[in-house]
Amino acid sequence: MTGGRWFTAVLVAALGVAMVFLTLPLVAIFVDVGPGELISSLGDPGALDALRLSLETTAIALTLILVIGTPAAWLLATRSFRGRSLAITLVELPLVVPPAVAGIGLLAAVGPGGLLGETVAAAGLELVFQTAGVVVALTFVASPFYIRQAQAAFGALDPSVIEASRTLGAGEARTFARIAVPNALPGLLAGAALAWGRALGEFGATLVFAGSLGGVTQTAPLAIYERLSGDFTAALALSAVLVAASTAILLGVKLAAGARVVGDARA
Amino acid sequence: MRIAAPLAALALSAAPLGGCAGGDGGEGGNARLTVSAAQSLQGAFEDYGARFDPATARFSFAGSDALAAQIRQGVRPDVYAAASPELPRRLFREGLVEEPIEFAGNRLVIAVPADSTIDGVADLGREGTALAVGAETAPVGAYTREVLGRLPAAQRRAVLANVRSLEPDVSGVVGKLTQGAADAGLLYATDVQGAGGRLRTIELPSRLRPRVTYVAAVVKGAKEPTAARAFIDGLLSGPGRAALRRAGFVAPR
Repeated sequence: MTGGRWFTAVLVAALGVAMVFLTLPLVAIFVDVGPGELISSLGDPGALDALRLSLETTAIALTLILVIGTPAAWLLATRSFRGRSLAITLVELPLVVPPAVAGIGLLAAVGPGGLLGETVAAAGLELVFQTAGVVVALTFVASPFYIRQAQAAFGALDPSVIEASRTLGAGEARTFARIAVPNALPGLLAGAALAWGRALGEFGATLVFAGSLGGVTQTAPLAIYERLSGDFTAALALSAVLVAASTAILLGVKLAAGARVVGDARA
Repeated sequence: MRIAAPLAALALSAAPLGGCAGGDGGEGGNARLTVSAAQSLQGAFEDYGARFDPATARFSFAGSDALAAQIRQGVRPDVYAAASPELPRRLFREGLVEEPIEFAGNRLVIAVPADSTIDGVADLGREGTALAVGAETAPVGAYTREVLGRLPAAQRRAVLANVRSLEPDVSGVVGKLTQGAADAGLLYATDVQGAGGRLRTIELPSRLRPRVTYVAAVVKGAKEPTAARAFIDGLLSGPGRAALRRAGFVAPR
């Protein structure tokens, strides 16, 4: 069994390296910034504005993603149709596109001089330099995280449960709402958490497409970047808040999903 | 958490910010010279780098302020070239760079898309004009505020009310203008020239014009101090000066 033992050692070492590498920068933020500085930086109205704006815009973006993404993911997971693979690839494309490129693409598509620029303006919508533009950038960049995960969650449902619902006379809409969504909830929540986290950290697409102005388009990551050059401590403190918020989102969702799984097991 | 990791890495300055462009140094250069330079120097420095013989020059272009922050966090390029004297002077006082040397001057101008109808400072305060300017921490933003500070209070307020975005460096302002997102911005004359006909310059009246000075210094602890000094010397006379002139920079006063 010595052969097995050395392989285990390799696995443990690999996980150890990965964990140190992934957690060290986050730990360093909290080591570098004392609790006093953390609190005083939160007294900076600019920082609070940025955090509030980040919460608002990510919440709106996440709502849009859930409303559009859930049925879209259901379709991708349950039907086979021509062009399905292409559709899945297109949905995943923003995952691999650099954020700054996403920003340029959005400008070229719906910016004032873009493809649909006149249509957007005629509809009375203003995106560039506006909070609405931040929401568009966040939605673009974050939605694939949710749709992918939701599609996987729907795909993993026990087909017999869905079948049973249909044979008992429930329409597809009812089956989707009453059976599929509740049963896939842990996966959907995990996808929502990923999308939220991605949106909360979004930087490049927001800066390029929406710009950076305190209280209007300057989200927390943009505020961090602005402080980086002038006031490193303030940048660290704001980073710490963002890390804490992201951790809370991740833990909250894991707990919710865990509790649900336990609850199901008991039922 | 996963999204915070890149931010933390950024905060700890593990990697240079902004676009990195590798210049093809001359054949004689085995040494690798790393130059952190203001974004507005990109065109001129890449031109110079291709002709610089003592070493292969590699550039990291970003806002002068972001580059200074990196140096404070322990990043050690060989040369730091900024669009303002203040940032290098502060690093010099902190013992992080050697004595800074002025090597070029520039003009701050109003930049507008080529087909714009805007033709003066007065138009910047007009209702509905969208302005993109540099953030105050970046030299271009500091110079912009200097200009605004010389305007009558009412006009200054009107202009400030039209500011829609504070960009971290000049390329952000250029991008917003060339994409038609913003109607006008304040940039260096060289940025407008570098945008190749897509932007048009409107000169500021001389009473508003700030003195724009570019300053370079050898970074303490540089791996290639000799090549770094040669690089700065070449900015004062030789191929660097010529490249700067081609890009529209003027001699320092």
